[in-house]
Amino acid sequence: MSAVIFRGEERVATARVAAAWQLLASVEDPEIPALSIVDLGLVRFVEVRPGGDLEVGLSPTYVGCPATEVIRRSVQDALRQGHVGNFKVTNVLSPAWSSDWISADGRRKLLEYGIVPPDQSVSNMRDVLRGTHPLACPRCQSLDTEMVSEFGSTPCKALHRCRACLEPFEYFKCI
Amino acid sequence: MSLAAPKVDAEALFRYVLRLGDLSLVLGQRLGEWVGHSPALEEDLGLANIALDLIGQARLLLTYAGEIEGRGRDEDKLAYLREQGAYFNAILAEQPNGDFGQTIVRQVLIDAFQLELYERMAASRDGRLAAIAAKSMKEVRYHLRYSSDWLVRLGDGTAESHARVQSALDLLWPYTVELFAPDDLDTLMAERGIGPELAEVHAAWSARIDAILTEATLKRPADRPHAWHGKRGQHSEHLGYILAEMQHLQRSYPDARW
Repeated sequence: MSAVIFRGEERVATARVAAAWQLLASVEDPEIPALSIVDLGLVRFVEVRPGGDLEVGLSPTYVGCPATEVIRRSVQDALRQGHVGNFKVTNVLSPAWSSDWISADGRRKLLEYGIVPPDQSVSNMRDVLRGTHPLACPRCQSLDTEMVSEFGSTPCKALHRCRACLEPFEYFKCI
Repeated sequence: MSLAAPKVDAEALFRYVLRLGDLSLVLGQRLGEWVGHSPALEEDLGLANIALDLIGQARLLLTYAGEIEGRGRDEDKLAYLREQGAYFNAILAEQPNGDFGQTIVRQVLIDAFQLELYERMAASRDGRLAAIAAKSMKEVRYHLRYSSDWLVRLGDGTAESHARVQSALDLLWPYTVELFAPDDLDTLMAERGIGPELAEVHAAWSARIDAILTEATLKRPADRPHAWHGKRGQHSEHLGYILAEMQHLQRSYPDARW
């Protein structure tokens, strides 16, 4: 009998979690509105806790990124409007967020938006930091490009320039 | 929770975490002075972004310190309402920006220190510190790439740029000694597996710095005994001015919010 009740509760919980994921997929990154926070891999888990609260784990991309607070508020608004019941949003620091976690869909959207997605895995950080191989310009695909600045308009991006079409472009750093 | 594994006095851990946080906070505040004044827009962005990362580290560390203390002080209370003598950063962080070259020299010295420190602290027996270190380490690698690239360009640049960064190095080098001189707190934390052995950090830092200085054609100054103890709350005259500016709003309008 109790097992049956448990399975029923479990179904309700599963539905709540699925609904929450769907709501989270609609939360945009404030700096790169083309991407959702799910595309960026910022949502670490969605779980129903024993007390019945839904817990959402969120990771910051960079520790000082001002978008972190905005994202947190957007998540709270989305979950509230979506009526998923009581919830709390937890900051998850470990393991540290990595650009490796940006989804394939996220990478495609970044490129369409004009930002070159991170092109190397951080598992080989030595190669990443050596940074010798050229990036393809997102507009004309030329490999004749150069880095202008290690840091761009947001902590997660570097500034590059294409010497063929002369357009500047941004690169999402590997971290 | 993270206090459970290594048994250590909460007061000691509080001081130790504050030390780490204060180094990031004070250096971040210093770098912020460059905003709108850098030699080029790209460097404005670079220094501001590094400052932002450092303030981010400080927020995590001060928040944790406040929780350890358990007297209701959050990151803001700790940042805005402590007097100079209750700040525990090594005094290298508070040294003035000088010209762009001097700022870059200070940055290389501290970036390399933080990188070697955090890489080891990522294995701390204190889970919270380990997480903060592992996260920050990834960002500090980019800071060091930026600052060391610039140091090589300036050192191996014109006679003028070389002379300026060499004299900045001579000026700031004596302050690095404090970073690596272990006191009782450093020793205790190393014994408990919470912080790294500073001698080990020093050796790694030294090798890294030597490689950068060689490429930058700069001469490494000799170590000298030091007579200052920012880590104990004894600071140079510079910190007071930094705090006066940083704390002005909260002191004039207590509990003001955005």
